[in-house]
Amino acid sequence: MSNSLDAKIADIFNEPGCEKNQGKAEKERKKGCSKPLTPGAAAGGCAFDGAKIVLQPITDAVHLVHGPLACEGNGWDNRPAATSGPTIYRSGFTTDVSEVDIVMGNGDKRLYRAIKEVVAKYAPPAIFVYSTCVTALIGDDIEAVCKHAAENFGTPVIPVNAPGFVGSKNLGNKLAGEALLDHVIGTEEPAESTLMDINILGDYNLSGELWQVLPLFERLGIRVHACITGDARYHEVASAHRSRVNMMVCSTALINLARKMEDRYGIPYFEGSFYGIEDTSISLRTIAKLLVERGAPADLLDRTERLIASEEARAWQRMAQYTPRLSGKRVLLYTGGVKSWSIVSALMEMGMIVVNTSVRKSTKEDKERIIQIMKDDAHMVDSIAPRDMYAGFVHGDADILLSGGRTQFVALKAKMPWVDINQERHHAFAGYDGMVELVRQIALEVNNPLWAEVRRPAPWAESAQPAVMG
Amino acid sequence: MAAVNVVKKACAVNPLKSSTPLGAALAFLGIEGAVPLFHGSQGCTSFAMVLAVRHFKEAIPLQTTAMDEAATVLGGADNLEQALINLQTRMKPRFIGVASTALVETRGEDFAGELKQILRKRTELTDTPVVFASTPDFEGALEDGWAKATVATIEALVELAPPHAANPASKRINVLLGVHQTPADIEELRAIIESFGLTPTFLPDISCSLDGHVPDSYVGTSLGGTALADIRAMGGAVHTIAVAEHMRVAAEALSQKTSVPHSVLANLTGLRESDELIRWLSAVSGQNASAQLRRQRSQLLDAMLDGHFHFSGKKVAIAADPDLLYALASVFHGLGAEIVCAVASTKNSPLLSQLPCEKVLVGDLTDLEEAAGAQGAELLVTHSHGRMGAERLGVPLFRVGFPIFDRLGVQHRCSTGYRGTLQLIYEIANLFMAQLRPHTPADFADVLPPEPVALEQHHGHA
Repeated sequence: MSNSLDAKIADIFNEPGCEKNQGKAEKERKKGCSKPLTPGAAAGGCAFDGAKIVLQPITDAVHLVHGPLACEGNGWDNRPAATSGPTIYRSGFTTDVSEVDIVMGNGDKRLYRAIKEVVAKYAPPAIFVYSTCVTALIGDDIEAVCKHAAENFGTPVIPVNAPGFVGSKNLGNKLAGEALLDHVIGTEEPAESTLMDINILGDYNLSGELWQVLPLFERLGIRVHACITGDARYHEVASAHRSRVNMMVCSTALINLARKMEDRYGIPYFEGSFYGIEDTSISLRTIAKLLVERGAPADLLDRTERLIASEEARAWQRMAQYTPRLSGKRVLLYTGGVKSWSIVSALMEMGMIVVNTSVRKSTKEDKERIIQIMKDDAHMVDSIAPRDMYAGFVHGDADILLSGGRTQFVALKAKMPWVDINQERHHAFAGYDGMVELVRQIALEVNNPLWAEVRRPAPWAESAQPAVMG
Repeated sequence: MAAVNVVKKACAVNPLKSSTPLGAALAFLGIEGAVPLFHGSQGCTSFAMVLAVRHFKEAIPLQTTAMDEAATVLGGADNLEQALINLQTRMKPRFIGVASTALVETRGEDFAGELKQILRKRTELTDTPVVFASTPDFEGALEDGWAKATVATIEALVELAPPHAANPASKRINVLLGVHQTPADIEELRAIIESFGLTPTFLPDISCSLDGHVPDSYVGTSLGGTALADIRAMGGAVHTIAVAEHMRVAAEALSQKTSVPHSVLANLTGLRESDELIRWLSAVSGQNASAQLRRQRSQLLDAMLDGHFHFSGKKVAIAADPDLLYALASVFHGLGAEIVCAVASTKNSPLLSQLPCEKVLVGDLTDLEEAAGAQGAELLVTHSHGRMGAERLGVPLFRVGFPIFDRLGVQHRCSTGYRGTLQLIYEIANLFMAQLRPHTPADFADVLPPEPVALEQHHGHA
């Protein structure tokens, strides 16, 4: 691995924008935030995975993976990041390096030829080139190859230096942010720029969630110039430095990007979320406030409040129909915990009983909020071992599980209703509309007649006397 | 006979292959109480696991030695040791199958030697068989990883049979299955074999581990699979049969280790192929085919007769791993369809040159899409990743192989023997029938060539 990548990682670990980091002592900070993985007990994606997740939704670009087959071959087209136009980002491009390439040191040459083939055949506005463990290990200099190719072919070729073995998915997210800062953002100018332009950072338009909030911005006259990256175009990202405000949706992913865009281009950022009614309102309110502070017409504040009031009321009214079906049902919320308080509060409003909520990734503030809503901290859990979770379900400790894919089968095998709030889910849950949809999905799931059916004992397991027919 | 043509390009676009270690993991999951362990970075495991979960719709126990940069540079023996110990403590598997990845193989270490040392040193692992397969991603694909894991398992676990242990009266046969055979295929084969009074030991047997079922309690490891005792006793069978070409190596390894003779029946899909299986089973068992099998054969004949109208003259493009490609191409060709394009994931199979088409490409799904488009293919046959190409071409996609992530029930699709072939023929014929539209005048636009222009002018004067 190059020294520059080492320096980059050290820099990311020393992120002054990160609350957690600033809470640490100098010595602790130097150690970085990557917890060492436990061999034989690790879960989750690698840095390459994380980098690709962030950049892949640039939908008109080619994403070319320089490595052996598995990195791209096992993982392409596996996320529902939706597009309103180009589809090339869903294709899998890989150099699929062979043993000969590795032994002969032909990796660089193969990569260059691959870029040449892509330009000739697809002529994309840009190519993102991802290094992987193997090509990093054999010392392929993707930065030099990309530079050379960009000059020769007249197409931006962006090196994304995040080989899997440098760390976690989260580190990869941040390294992708660095690639954008180093090679993309600020390299083009927008056709038009207004005082009402914003960027959204860290939303990937999974299952089209961006389209659940864009109409709100449109109604207010706010232009989302670039979503970094969800349903994004290369040009939008390249000219994102002219926007007036950055909203950071998934803080842990792209804090470095937000903070450095503020340093370089003076764009203020804040951390917000579109999950939950209150969160959506707070986000809209904050954007309006920051835009007005930077010169947008002051009436935006009033218009925003009016929109919030009417949409909140409409959402609650739409959700009210589900209260009878949800009231008294016990829910286990197992999410990693990013901003779960807002969903907790909505579910409680529907009369649901939140048995537990996981707070593994929650900040101190989030936890305080949950205590405030739930009156005590007895319901916060870090993580539950699958075996224990299964036992709890069999024991009847909850009526429904809301979680990601990793615990899907723990619930289903225990015959427990389950709603997918994972990133690979098929329903969109963002904004006011998304919360209504989430509540609807929970109501459908928990009341599905299937659950009574699958819990019936098998004929050979019935202890009671068989019912007399006729 | 087909000419095998390896497509030369630096960039694979829309890969057809799934990785070699993933093939090994699937094979290890066909062993009872197993946890496969990838020796590589956590991403190697994560990508493979997610893909397997998407295909099987089951939790897939797959672990990682979590190699980071430092461990890769310094050597991964410590990570391997820790991973084995942690796995043993946390999950208590009855079997651990280790598959190497491109990452650790690029650095190159003596994994077998390291593993031996670890097992000698760590007595906690004494009761857990640990098998190592060398499966770098840059060599081969799914079939190769599957076969290597099986060979490694045979070499490590099968006990040397005492002389004359292969008592014909025991009626036990070993059946080495291919990676393309589904739990339903295995169940069908089990029924056929048992109808001859024989008892099969399947390896790897995913019929109980990846079939999708609800167990009575929480299980962290694989939920079924070949019992370790059965693997150890494979040397006591009367015969071994590999039912996939890529398992020939495994059959040979087993014969070499024990004195059990082996045969290879590379394909169990199709009338002729099923006949051959029945003939073989009759010979080994000394029994005739059951009345039920005879009836099934007759039903298959009827399916072929009814179905062939829909296959006849159809242009079909297929991309798959070699064994599956061969089986499918044979069925399509055998019912009168034309294989206008065949793409294989790897060149490692003698079956490729025997395909019933002019040439076979070793390439990716872009090669399939382009050739299918140029040749006017009416049906695309490949795994789920073919969906975008099929959409662009405006032709239906028949999903086969691995991965199939956008359809349910793939574990229960059977294409083995008379009954399985019948199901396959009906499924494809129905897909063709669904494309039928009433004719319109536009269908007959070419009945006459356009009249020459000069003639028309002449008429005008008159």
